[in-house]
Amino acid sequence: MTAKSQTLKFENKPRIIAGMSVVGRKEGDGPLGKYFDEIDDDPKMGKGSFEKGESAMFATAVAGAAKKAGLRPFDFDALFAGDLLNQLISSNYAARELPVSYFGLYSACSTMTEALSLGAAMINAGYYRTAACVTGSHFAAAERQYRYPLEYGCQRPPYAQWTVTGAGCSVLSIKGDGPYISSATIGRVADYGVTDANNMGAAMAPAAFETLLAVLDDTGLSIEDFDAVFTGDLGRLGARILRDLSAERGVCLGQKYSDCGEMIFSREQNCYSGGSGAGCSACVLNSFILDKMRKREYNKVLLMATGALMSPTTSFQGESIPAISHGIILEND
Amino acid sequence: MLLPQTWWGYALNYLIVFASGGACCIAAQLLIIKTKLTPARILVIFLLAGIALQTVGIYEPLAAALRSGICVPIIGFGATLAKGAAEWAAEYGPLGAFAGGLVETAFGVGVAVAASYIVSVVFSPKSK
Amino acid sequence: MTDKIAKRNKTYIEYVEKVSPSTNATHSLIKAFAIGGATCVIGEILRNLLALAPSIDDKAAAVYSSVILVTAAIIMTGTGVYDNIARHGGAGSFLPIRGFANAMSSAAMEFRSEGLITGTAVKMFNVVGPVIVNGIVWSAASGTIVWLVSVIASL
Repeated sequence: MTAKSQTLKFENKPRIIAGMSVVGRKEGDGPLGKYFDEIDDDPKMGKGSFEKGESAMFATAVAGAAKKAGLRPFDFDALFAGDLLNQLISSNYAARELPVSYFGLYSACSTMTEALSLGAAMINAGYYRTAACVTGSHFAAAERQYRYPLEYGCQRPPYAQWTVTGAGCSVLSIKGDGPYISSATIGRVADYGVTDANNMGAAMAPAAFETLLAVLDDTGLSIEDFDAVFTGDLGRLGARILRDLSAERGVCLGQKYSDCGEMIFSREQNCYSGGSGAGCSACVLNSFILDKMRKREYNKVLLMATGALMSPTTSFQGESIPAISHGIILEND
Repeated sequence: MLLPQTWWGYALNYLIVFASGGACCIAAQLLIIKTKLTPARILVIFLLAGIALQTVGIYEPLAAALRSGICVPIIGFGATLAKGAAEWAAEYGPLGAFAGGLVETAFGVGVAVAASYIVSVVFSPKSK
Repeated sequence: MTDKIAKRNKTYIEYVEKVSPSTNATHSLIKAFAIGGATCVIGEILRNLLALAPSIDDKAAAVYSSVILVTAAIIMTGTGVYDNIARHGGAGSFLPIRGFANAMSSAAMEFRSEGLITGTAVKMFNVVGPVIVNGIVWSAASGTIVWLVSVIASL
């Protein structure tokens, strides 16, 4: 590891002035159900296919977030968006309807923090005044791209994860109210040789671990300085691995740490190890975390979304799974 | 049926079918748990097992004893393929080997293709 | 450096193997046994009933019974019931012939949204393709071998 800092510090305090989360029925029935802004029963959102449904979810999230921020979608200076589908179709097709500068980002399930990091950097530098950061995922659309047909009867191992159906949009602005992003730590790709595509928690935990160390090193903070630490979608197994890895280095995560994927579904929902997907951290950030920050129950939060950067092609070719994690620190004044 | 056609003959037959069919599935499930092979690979392994059993001539006595217990799992599909290939090769020469398997299994596959096609028009998959 | 990474990865993978929860083996084996066995019994019942018809012999009855199983599985797939059984059955639901039917019809349905010709028809063999291809290739090989043996034997 080099001593080079991975962290960008934002002195001008780019703020999250509004957040909107749109989720599917299953997520709505989960433990965080009451925090979500909109729960849709129809997985296709009244459109012809799951992909169009996912795109519609994006559009709803952007429009809702704009409304909450007292803006119109075309008031944004830029849109930072990403999803899990090939060629970022959900984001691209949602952006088609929006006449604003558009960045299509892919960082698997860690796209939300990548989008927020880039958005915050652009705003901090003064290039933009407001930007929308949106990511999402869709169980049915991801399933057909990465795994098997929906109605195909197959068993998954207990450490598999369930892709979250949902989209979350945050509005970043240089002025307004809300928690500000004080710094962003851009992760490095970590690959510890996990090849089992069902075991994404184990593949991503090392990335979260390395980013966590980088955050603590670069900012000089310790876990005690945060009110809460979240990872994106490690699931129950991945969260456990992260705790173990950190403990080995003398970093005790303790009660302050939780995983969005673990929080979003209850054990009774048969979601194996927990939720995953780009929508997972996006929905939890824009509902639960923002809500707690506004109520000042949390004043300093570290969010590290994690992404497994594999594709079915690389899995079939026997490649191991590289993973990435970007961390952002949210603070109240 | 090898067993007498009495009530206990039938009962015993069903018991044998249940046990042997279940045993095949246990073997496949063990493969999943122990080796993390994907279902597709396991299907192919059992299919090849069926072809091999038929080729060396063990399948037919087995099928007479176990009946649906071995012919409903994919092993039976493999054996039918191999049987058809051998029969057609005997009748039409080596080229028949390429047609026989397909012809013998065409009932199941043909119905499956047609039914799948119809189902795909009528129903759409549900997000869970 | 590479050695160090290889060593780190090896330790990590061993650790992951240790902490990953495994499928409850006994439980899943019992379920696979029960559902797989039950499917075969249903097949056998159908076969015996069909054989009662005067025009159907035992061999034809076996074919018809598997056709019925296949059709039933496809209808269950269409109505969205099949994967609920399969989640419990594991190998017990994909090893019998109806698993083959489920794999085919689920793929056909899944890709219907890309069109009947460019979706359904292309992707129908997405999951079962390996079975069909291996079946054709190796049964042809088997048939050829049996033929060769018989030719040599008759010399």
